[in-house]
Amino acid sequence: MKETKELNLPLGPELNKWELLSKGEDPFGEQMTLQMGPQHPATHGVLRLELETDGEAVTKITPYIGYLHRCFEKVAESVTYPQVVPYCDRMDYLAGMNMCLGYVLAVEKLMEIEVNDRVQTLRVMVNELNRIASHCVALATYGLDIGAWTPLLYLFQAREHILDILEELSGARMLFNYIRIGGLAKDIPDNGWTKKVENFLGYFEPKIPELNDLLSYNKIFIERTANVGAMSQEIAIAYGVTGPNLRATGFDYDMRRDAPYSGYENYEFEPQLGSGEQGKPGDCWDRYIVRVREMGESMKIIRQALDRLPEGDVQEKIPKNFNKMPVGEVYTSTEAPRGELGIYLVSDGTKIPYRVKARSGAYCSVSALPAFASGVLIADLVAIVASIDIVLGEVDR
Amino acid sequence: MIIPAEYISLLISIVYTAGVVVFVLLFVLLCNWLERKISAHMQDRLGPMETGGWHGWAQPIADAIKLLLKEDIIPAAADSKLFRIAPYIVFMGSLAGFAVLPFASNLIGTDLNIGVYYVIAVTSIVVIGLLMAGWSSNNKWSLYGAMRSASQMISYEIPVALALLVPVIAAGSMSMNEIVQNQAGGFWNWYVFKTMPFSLIAFIIYFWASLAESNRAPFDLPEAESELVAGYFTEYSGIRFAFFFLAEYSDMFVVSAIAATVFLGGWHAPFPFLSFIPGIVWFVSKAAFLVLVQMWLRWTLPRLRVDQLMHICWKIFLPFSFVNLLLVSLWVVLKG
Repeated sequence: MKETKELNLPLGPELNKWELLSKGEDPFGEQMTLQMGPQHPATHGVLRLELETDGEAVTKITPYIGYLHRCFEKVAESVTYPQVVPYCDRMDYLAGMNMCLGYVLAVEKLMEIEVNDRVQTLRVMVNELNRIASHCVALATYGLDIGAWTPLLYLFQAREHILDILEELSGARMLFNYIRIGGLAKDIPDNGWTKKVENFLGYFEPKIPELNDLLSYNKIFIERTANVGAMSQEIAIAYGVTGPNLRATGFDYDMRRDAPYSGYENYEFEPQLGSGEQGKPGDCWDRYIVRVREMGESMKIIRQALDRLPEGDVQEKIPKNFNKMPVGEVYTSTEAPRGELGIYLVSDGTKIPYRVKARSGAYCSVSALPAFASGVLIADLVAIVASIDIVLGEVDR
Repeated sequence: MIIPAEYISLLISIVYTAGVVVFVLLFVLLCNWLERKISAHMQDRLGPMETGGWHGWAQPIADAIKLLLKEDIIPAAADSKLFRIAPYIVFMGSLAGFAVLPFASNLIGTDLNIGVYYVIAVTSIVVIGLLMAGWSSNNKWSLYGAMRSASQMISYEIPVALALLVPVIAAGSMSMNEIVQNQAGGFWNWYVFKTMPFSLIAFIIYFWASLAESNRAPFDLPEAESELVAGYFTEYSGIRFAFFFLAEYSDMFVVSAIAATVFLGGWHAPFPFLSFIPGIVWFVSKAAFLVLVQMWLRWTLPRLRVDQLMHICWKIFLPFSFVNLLLVSLWVVLKG
């Protein structure tokens, strides 16, 4: 926990530095301040990192966020409950299904709606499909940031198949608006959609060993990522880091297993943990390989869901308008691809939520960045930022 | 009217230089198109397909025209003079290498008796140009790129030079033409196989180090776009950017052509009965083959980190090439 105390906001000392400079002294010495982002190829959107560098070594990192702030929480306070759902897609635009599910579960918990088995199974299925798609992007851009171009195209191809499947289901490719309060937007199309999912699984199964050959166990890739940016369990827990980043440190925690929702308790899967196979536990390589293996676990879950898919209606009876909402507050947390998504919902009985607070995994990962990534080289920092897999839409909300 | 002899030789050298420049331009256009197609097919894509009809063959020409028409932006805070000069110096450095490349037995700019030494010397000029570009851009990322390329190219020049000395010692000459002539009579006489295993080791070291010399993956740190935006040419646009681009591709050809000359028998055919094919075909195809290997590596391997790059240079390549050089000298002395 010691690292947390050493952090101090740059504002105070920074001002003094400028004062010293105006008096003709050189407070910076050999240090050079470098603005990495918001327009930089490797910051995955519009993250800005202010770096203090000494040569190629980074002595201090200050992340600045907010360039993609879209007022999700405030907008949610001015539209009705069902109208919030499409906004959820836009939080983590690479995992829209997972975002919607978090919010919808919170509303259903507030209204005490029980959805049937078919809805639950389909929700699990689209969630895991979207998780694979999201991890594909994470791993692809990771390779790209290390300098390997080719895995990017292979993984995006796989993702394309998932997007096609989800497009047939919902009509959209990224911002699905498919999971609705009390059910789903529509039932699966009757042109053999489940067969297509099966085909995809058959197609994707050999892609993972291919990726391992091409990138995961590549000597240069291991050199670049093993022992780099190791996040200790203490730091991860102190900063609230969750999801694959936490599991990479060896901490066994998965909301799908530890606090099951939407019927996850009925599926068999193993949360994948990092063990420091190539270096220290929780290093960049661990964070990478945890995601690779999680894709395999997601495929297992999808197979089980396909086997059990029961018949039923995909929309429960819910009130036509949301005039008579129960007063109270609920909190649900779900396992999104980038960590735990918590939705805190306060209702005052009107049809508009009183307060919606989203807790995002990527935000916590970014905030932990200065604590475990200082003192590395610029090239390492690029690898670290890529390995924590952030989507700025989710960080800023 | 009788034209004095010195004018005629001047005329010939001007024509030859123009020919080399045209060759470089055509080679760069072809290479650019090939690299796109190769990378595309390695990545399950098609690459350019529309421009010009057959497999987008006119795409590099369209790109060249676009670069010529683009605005030439010079940042307000840049050191304008250095900024303008830098791309030409970089291009000149790699173009000067062509002067001693023996395309065929009688097709060589000038057969210097210190050809190998000359090549090593002129390709170092590139570093000055890159440093000028990085410094004058007044951009921190450019500066990082320039510093990286300076340290990288200067470091890797040593293993390159030591590796090139192995065939030089075996041939007893630094003249490119003489080195090639010593490799006549089939591929088993090429230096890469002739003085086994020394020159094979030297060839491998030379090839990897030359990747670093020409800033190609996995040693493309100076222009690593995910780290340094674009490295030393971040601020360049239009025709000046095109010159950096030209320099990079002609550098690829120069380092491959040197390898083809000193290790792979230059213009000689691999089998004596194939020697009816003109030497220039063999020479260019050997160099082009090595260029293709460079592209293949680029689209397969990730990039090294700057300290790992230095580690490989100073702790692996350098000792190996030193020992190799000593052994080959000993071998030559003992053999008489």
